Amino acid sequence: MKTVLKSLALGTALVAASSAVHADGHGDLNYVLVSHAPDSDSWWNTIKNGIALAGEQMGVEVEYRNPPTGDLADMARIIEQAAASGPDGIITTLSDFDVLRGPIEDAVASGVDVIIMNSGTPEQAREVGALMYVGQPEYDAGLAAGQRAAGDGIASFLCVNHYISSPSSTERCQGFADGLGVELGNQMIDSGQDPAEIKNRVLAYLNANPETDAILTLGPTSADPTLLALDENGMAGDIYFGTFDLGENIVEGIKAGTIQWGIDQQPFLQAYLPVVVLANYHRYGVLPGNNINSGPGFVTVDGLTLVEEYAGEYR
Amino acid sequence: MSETAQPTPATDERIKEISGLRRALIRPELGGICGTVLVFTFFLLTALDSGMFSAQGVLNWSTVSAQFMIIAVGACLLMIAGEFDLSVGSMIGFAGMMIAIFSVTLGWPVWGAILITFALCVSIGALNGFIVIRTGLPSFIVTLAFLFILRGFTIYLPQTIERKTIIGGISEAAEGDWLAALFGGKILGGLFQWLGDAGLIAVFERGSRAGQPVVDGIPMLIVWAIALVIVGHVLLTRTRFGNWIFAAGGDAEAARNSGVPVNRVKILMFMFTAFCATVFATCQVMEFGSAGADRGLLKEFEAIIAVVIGGALLTGGYGSVIGAALGALIFGVVQQGLFFAGVESSLFRVFLGVILLGAVILNTYIRRMITGER
Repeated sequence: MKTVLKSLALGTALVAASSAVHADGHGDLNYVLVSHAPDSDSWWNTIKNGIALAGEQMGVEVEYRNPPTGDLADMARIIEQAAASGPDGIITTLSDFDVLRGPIEDAVASGVDVIIMNSGTPEQAREVGALMYVGQPEYDAGLAAGQRAAGDGIASFLCVNHYISSPSSTERCQGFADGLGVELGNQMIDSGQDPAEIKNRVLAYLNANPETDAILTLGPTSADPTLLALDENGMAGDIYFGTFDLGENIVEGIKAGTIQWGIDQQPFLQAYLPVVVLANYHRYGVLPGNNINSGPGFVTVDGLTLVEEYAGEYR
Repeated sequence: MSETAQPTPATDERIKEISGLRRALIRPELGGICGTVLVFTFFLLTALDSGMFSAQGVLNWSTVSAQFMIIAVGACLLMIAGEFDLSVGSMIGFAGMMIAIFSVTLGWPVWGAILITFALCVSIGALNGFIVIRTGLPSFIVTLAFLFILRGFTIYLPQTIERKTIIGGISEAAEGDWLAALFGGKILGGLFQWLGDAGLIAVFERGSRAGQPVVDGIPMLIVWAIALVIVGHVLLTRTRFGNWIFAAGGDAEAARNSGVPVNRVKILMFMFTAFCATVFATCQVMEFGSAGADRGLLKEFEAIIAVVIGGALLTGGYGSVIGAALGALIFGVVQQGLFFAGVESSLFRVFLGVILLGAVILNTYIRRMITGER
């Protein structure tokens, strides 16, 4: 009994401490950013840095929420919950329209301003009643990458999909295939999220399909182990390698010539801009008239210095 | 559990005197009740004006708790019968995907898709139980295997058939379906509209739904949770079959010797667990209109956590459905409530862990103190 009381007392103290941190002067406006990312996805650190900086600069409170396992039905509950807590605005990804539209529409209807970031499309954002969409249309980005690769003489590829349960991941692979003008077929593999498994699956695929021209990875989670795999089988620098998103190892790879390009959708902007837009909208009633495309931007070996400095932090 | 049949003479030397207080204290629900009171006190103090106790907030954590409850009832009865099932989470994803494939991809009527999915999943539950009984392997291993088998199919089937892992369009298919409404609908809409009109609960302020209440009914998910808790509780404490469940989990050999069909009881409980998982999945699919390959991840542990907070023993033979339901309520309220209390998101799991641990320790401590167990 005593133990329990103690731990409860500790809990209360910690809660009090954390709300004291929140109540340090600024924070007349508070926003919640809801993502679909599981806890294990390191890419979202940039998002957290983005909202932290924006919150500091604009003098508003921003909280980050996500479903621990990446279960989108849990994410829908988090949006409902965020709406019930009465924030001034919700910034959320729209990674599955069917699952999330209901909760988002309810939030909008109850007077919360919503901005869609990262996943989803401008059309879907308009349909759920969001103010705007900030992000990179996934299919278009994949298509642009495919067209670029086609120009470089690529005809077959391997798409390493580490987040196969998210439709936007598949759209990237599909867009790439369409850009190349080939059938996606079995060129997309479900790699899982564990680095050793990803590495070995890539090795196995390349072993079984030695004629593969190119590799497309969908982020650092799959790109980093793929780099190791290519080092191991000696195909590094030999095979055409493009990736979505940036990270330290990806930047190193681009510098070393192992990776031809990284498609930067600029997560920092996806997190930072909605906070700035919402704060200015709530304070001064100003709102940009259009959606904001944060990507795709191809990062190649030219002009890597700043990218390198901030990879994984602001890029 | 159920020895209050007839009044006995006060002087009967065969019956040990137990005071009413002591009898109340040895009930497995006690920890759950204390935990519930503590948790609600905690959040009433820290999150009262955060929207957690507005109609919308209450509905939010009730829905989450109801989800836990649905799978906890199955897990609880199975655990009292001495086994447990790690395939619950995968079963949720699998069942949802089956409904989507039958109704959207194959174009069956939704009621047919739901019925065939129930039949399929309950059979898989029976298969789980059958393998455990026949091989004598621990249920941990057998159901761990099914955790992977079912999750694998849940990703493979839609990926092969539709080249994507989320199948949507179920809401459209379920339009006007009588069975779908039993899982995805809401009840008491009129009452909430009246409450909204009377200004007692919040209504939407703008948009096409202005004037409608923010909470427009009780989701069927909650109705299912309550119904399953009642059925489970009555089954366990008021029927002969309930005694068989306790006996099968307490000492299976002794139970067999006294004529309890232990194997049948255990297999039926595996089937019931699968049934509960399918109820969960069907409600989820009907609510969100799509099935995804990552639904239900780790839900098996959440079910077991709820049951354990609720006072059941991992080793079987002891526990209560009401306790499990309270465990689910505590879990849901804590998980959702910490958001409302404004706890930093990265710290919220720490709090969750501390409070869960606290609840279980309290539970075990009280039980040991009262029953003299060591």
